[in-house]
Amino acid sequence: MNRYPTWGYVAIAVAIVIAFLYTLPNFFGESPAVQVSSAKATVKLDGAAMKRVEDALAKANVPFTGAALEANTLRFRFADTDTQLKAKDLIHTTLNPGASPTATPEEDANVNFVVALNLVPASPGWLAAIHAMPMYLGLDLRGGVHFLLQVDMQAAITKRLESLAGDIRSQLRDKSIRHGGVTREGQTLRVRFRDAAQRDQARNLLLSNLPDLAYAEREDGQDLLIVATLKPESVKRTQEYALKQNITTLHNRINELGVAEPVIQQQGAERIVIQLPGVQDVTRAKRLIGRTASLEIRMVAEEHMNPEALGNARNGQVPFGTEYYVERNGQALLVRRQVVLTGDRLTDAQPGFDNQTNEPAVHLRLDGQGARIFQEVTRENVNKRMAILLIEKGKGEVITAPVIRSEIPGGRVQISGRMTTTEANDVALLLRAGSLAAPMEIIEERTVGPSLGRDNIEKGFNATKWGFVAIVLFMSVYYVLFGLISSVALAVNLLLLVALLSMLQATLTLPGIAAIALTLGMAIDANVLINERIREELRGGATPQAAIHAGYERAWATILDSNVTTFIVGISLLMVPGAVRGFAVVHCLGIMTSMFSAVVVSRAIVNLVYGHRRRVAHLSIGDTAWK
Amino acid sequence: MEFFKIRRTIPFMRHALVFNVISLITFLAAVGFLIGKGLNLSIEFTGGTLIEVAYQQSAHVDQIRQTLDKAGYKAEVQNFGSSRDVLIRMHLEKNQSSADLSQKVMGVLHEQDKSAELRRVEFVGPQIGSELVEYGALALLVTAVGIVLYLWMRFEWRFGLSGIIANLHDVVIILGFFALFQWEFSLPVLAAVLAVLGYSVNESVVVFDRVRENFRKMRKASTPEVIDSAITGVISRTIITHLCTQMMVTTMLLFGGPALHYFALALTIGICFGIYSSVLVASPLLMWLGVRREQFAIPTKRKTSGPRDEHEGAVV
Repeated sequence: MNRYPTWGYVAIAVAIVIAFLYTLPNFFGESPAVQVSSAKATVKLDGAAMKRVEDALAKANVPFTGAALEANTLRFRFADTDTQLKAKDLIHTTLNPGASPTATPEEDANVNFVVALNLVPASPGWLAAIHAMPMYLGLDLRGGVHFLLQVDMQAAITKRLESLAGDIRSQLRDKSIRHGGVTREGQTLRVRFRDAAQRDQARNLLLSNLPDLAYAEREDGQDLLIVATLKPESVKRTQEYALKQNITTLHNRINELGVAEPVIQQQGAERIVIQLPGVQDVTRAKRLIGRTASLEIRMVAEEHMNPEALGNARNGQVPFGTEYYVERNGQALLVRRQVVLTGDRLTDAQPGFDNQTNEPAVHLRLDGQGARIFQEVTRENVNKRMAILLIEKGKGEVITAPVIRSEIPGGRVQISGRMTTTEANDVALLLRAGSLAAPMEIIEERTVGPSLGRDNIEKGFNATKWGFVAIVLFMSVYYVLFGLISSVALAVNLLLLVALLSMLQATLTLPGIAAIALTLGMAIDANVLINERIREELRGGATPQAAIHAGYERAWATILDSNVTTFIVGISLLMVPGAVRGFAVVHCLGIMTSMFSAVVVSRAIVNLVYGHRRRVAHLSIGDTAWK
Repeated sequence: MEFFKIRRTIPFMRHALVFNVISLITFLAAVGFLIGKGLNLSIEFTGGTLIEVAYQQSAHVDQIRQTLDKAGYKAEVQNFGSSRDVLIRMHLEKNQSSADLSQKVMGVLHEQDKSAELRRVEFVGPQIGSELVEYGALALLVTAVGIVLYLWMRFEWRFGLSGIIANLHDVVIILGFFALFQWEFSLPVLAAVLAVLGYSVNESVVVFDRVRENFRKMRKASTPEVIDSAITGVISRTIITHLCTQMMVTTMLLFGGPALHYFALALTIGICFGIYSSVLVASPLLMWLGVRREQFAIPTKRKTSGPRDEHEGAVV
């Protein structure tokens, strides 16, 4: 009656062994490592680089305990942090000859490889081979910075409309259709025409060539209008593109920061999560992430560059289609709204110095189409002024507004103008790391110092440990052998839960640890139910074997019902983001493992102890003799 | 060992009205505190900046407050966990740039005391806060509806309804405590409150299961008798289980540090009231909603064919 078939015991044993294997890496801790990744898209990490580092380390007599090259990252493990620090400098100078020993890629163009300190699991190779890894600790446990960024989608759409306005202009110009100007008003574009024939012609042209827009015809006094709005699907596409582009840009920028394991992920339709484990220098991280600089090249509105117009503009009366700026040298400027080129067309930006004046400068290189447009514009506007603007958080700044002396072919542009070397470096970095498709705002920030992270782990672990000990003691005293069996089942539950968390690599946070503790505290309920039921059956006069059978059998329905209701709570908690989700994941997993361990595993042990005896006179489950 | 040598059925239902009046009074008091004082919501919900700073020596909260005041920051400063740790809470201000607030504050504190070490910064923008309130309410709603539906399916609608009323009343009482003492209501506390909801329902389910079983077993008993015997049958388990869970929660209170303090506190209150409400509130509700044996009709095995029972009355 109380026997499992042999395969049942074997299956349970196998499950426990597998769980044990996957829990193991958590006991090995982490060892200091140096991580190398390439700082530039053009530079690849390969076996040769690895060989170079290995040779250099051997020559300098710096022992390392392991080396691995995977997915364009190179990791060297060391016995202690002193060796790790020594090795970091050595690796840096080996791989980046010509760069200063402490330079980061953002400071020095000679830095081809980012060398960062990191911690890697210290578990032996065979565990790594079966993909057994320690639990993935959240930032509140390991320390680091977390940002949640909100992408300004309105700005992304405005930007897209501006660029479409440029496309309309060039389409109409190419086909020599006369029009009275293209303007953006809110989220619509308006094209003015004098006569209906021109408008029809334009409409047909735009319909076939610019399908992203929906067109409507309207009249405004004398003028005939085409009013264009973005189609809903292109709005969606623009937003998706903006998000993707921003994530790529953030990747580039953070790579330059030299963080070991950054997480950059989309969250929802318009948010991006950034997690930088181990980073303590928030200011620097924020400076890079938060800066939303992009480059725009526009023409100076020469026809308005007279003292009268400039005076009016200073008082807020800006001529139509222009914007008022003050250059760095204090000179006032009226710049056209129309954008000639944006930072999207950049392929490279490097800090350097002007050949003639020796002023700090930024050297830009444009892609093919950018170079063509630039050449065209410079050819058509010789002796006119061109403004180079850096747009940050929706506000523009004219870096320089040089006069075009001659046509500039080849797409090489230099910007200089009263910049300091640091500014030139910063601007170059921001431009090089790509521009953001839309500005972003930090809407959530969490920084956890490393000491707090360690404290949190320790406190969470202690609470769980002592709670566990208390429960085991109580159960063993109250239910004797059955209590001990319940405790073993509870330990198996903990083992399974940790193994599952390690396998899934779900992020473990402090609320997650609290959930482990609470799950254990609640999981014992199933065993209490079973044990109480067995006692009751015994009191009712059942034989020991029958009592075990009936106890497990009758308690099962109740256990299932109560766990389902708890599970419903766990699932609905998953909807709440943040700390609650970390709790909910562990809670849900814990309910599943507890059902298995409390019912199946404890029954298996009970069966092993009692099920194979022919006569059982007494169950060791505490006092049942009273009536 | 056995704590509960209960030899006779305890007539819980005779005092049903008393239990419900007590819980109604507690409930109304909790609602009163919630309305009167309101919850002390953490910055996760309200938006704002929270900075935890650790000092080498005991920190002078008043000095820190004055320093910040002088620098033009409106902040609540309090000790956190130990006398050396300080928590600075700043609400969202219109003209305060939020992004670099923490750095500026740390700069000011560093000038005052070099040993100030930044332990933690949390900045939450206004949009996140209001979203969290929505998500939290939604989670509560989904939980409640899900539990009612499940109990309805497994038992009967009366069970679902009385279960959720009894246990939502627990939730309100926990919130009432948080309002009364102005304890900080944070995301982990929300998780604890919902976990308690599940835990208490779990408790009610155990009683309900026994009620159903006893209805089938005790064919002659009246409804209050059935419920009484069900509660008496499970009371020992109820108390032992809660004791075990509370042991775990108590160690969290003792060793978990300030980060888990209110989480464990919410659980403690929830567990204490959970015993009471899930057993002594849910069951009377069930009775008053009119639960009867016929609702779990397992048709009695009546042989339709075969020889007639000789004890049966005469057939005309």
